[in-house]
Amino acid sequence: MKRFFPILAVLTAVLLSYALYQALVAAPTDQLQGDVYRIIYYHVPSAWTAFLFFTINFVASVLYLIRRNLKADAVAVAAAEVGVVFCTVVLITGPLWARPVWGIWWTWDIRLTSTLVLWLIYVSYLILRRFSSGSQTPVLAAALAIFGALDVPLVYFSIWFFRTQHPQPVIGDGGSMDPRMLHVLLLSWAAFLCFGFLVFWSRYRLEVLQRQLEDAQAQESLLEARSS
Amino acid sequence: MSGFSSITGVTLAKDIRLEWRSKDAINSMLFFALLVVVVFSFAFDPRAEQSRQIAGGLVWVAFLFAAVVALNQTWARELRNQVLDAYRVSPAPAEALFLAKALGNFLFVSVLEGLMTPLFIVFYELRSLGPAWELLPVAMLGTWALVVNGTFFATMSLRTRSREIMLPLLLFPISIPALLAMVNATTSILTGEGAIKFWVVLLATYDVVFTIVSLLLFELVLEAE
Repeated sequence: MKRFFPILAVLTAVLLSYALYQALVAAPTDQLQGDVYRIIYYHVPSAWTAFLFFTINFVASVLYLIRRNLKADAVAVAAAEVGVVFCTVVLITGPLWARPVWGIWWTWDIRLTSTLVLWLIYVSYLILRRFSSGSQTPVLAAALAIFGALDVPLVYFSIWFFRTQHPQPVIGDGGSMDPRMLHVLLLSWAAFLCFGFLVFWSRYRLEVLQRQLEDAQAQESLLEARSS
Repeated sequence: MSGFSSITGVTLAKDIRLEWRSKDAINSMLFFALLVVVVFSFAFDPRAEQSRQIAGGLVWVAFLFAAVVALNQTWARELRNQVLDAYRVSPAPAEALFLAKALGNFLFVSVLEGLMTPLFIVFYELRSLGPAWELLPVAMLGTWALVVNGTFFATMSLRTRSREIMLPLLLFPISIPALLAMVNATTSILTGEGAIKFWVVLLATYDVVFTIVSLLLFELVLEAE
């Protein structure tokens, strides 16, 4: 597996730079929005990548609770952290685009609000992991991940109903997308996926090594205590 | 099953008796909620017309904050003298313990709501334009939604550093759909506009889902070491 890491790294670098060129230069300018629309090539792939990593976190958490496999827990940590980073990118690039196009930074629209709530849930997940120590952390975190995953559909429906009652200025995708734009969007997503998995992989390795180090140190101090 | 319900009953009766004699949780909750009511009345100008629009939010935020005060004390007594460890080694089902604690908290928070409602009516000139009796099922479903997750997360935050801060950090994000439902249902009833059916169904779904998950996962969290 380790041999693939440099390959993935090179692939990520190539894809990211090619996607950047495609997004900023090659992709056609939007008729209505002008160049400002180009942020979509960062916003949307980040959102898809974030949701994918949150899904990975949920699956890994359930796996951990069933199998008690610490590797599954390491996957869960890494996925949650990378997911939060991508979700943050979504929440920052969204308002940057909304300000010139909608004229407002933020609206309590369904997609914005549920993404924000999702972000909040996963930040609380990371805080929980930070504040609890020892071997119970994986169990607590996995339980919270399940609560979070069950909460997401409820959040979505509640806000959907809330907002359909009180309509807000929301601009949907409207008609169909230019195939050239879609092409660049998918290319950009591929680049972001590679980048995401690269970071995720490094973070996972780091987590596993960190735990091995902690175990070794604990054993060492036990041996020392016994010999003295 | 009789063993399950009798363990729940005994634990619940013990908690109620302790609370009746000390009144720790209810007093701190009451005073806290009172403070929130007073502070809110400075922040907003409570006139009858306007307060009907915002009261739903105010009431539930006050109850939520006050409930956190009580929820944080749920396990405080069990930590002293290692009572919680005794629970863990005993053959009693963990779910019975959870149910007893959740029911106890539900009772305490309901008492608080009963005592605070007249104050809200007086301070905010509240008069419901919709059918006021509908507030009762909304309040019961909403309180259970806060309390069932709150009791579960209180058990989780027990295992963390600075546990008193941890509980709201875990509870609030997960409670957002329930809060949205409670606030909107209450506002709809008070202003007499809009239907509450969707919100009641949502609250009931939320309650059922999280009661089941809490019961299923509680033993794992209690035994986590």
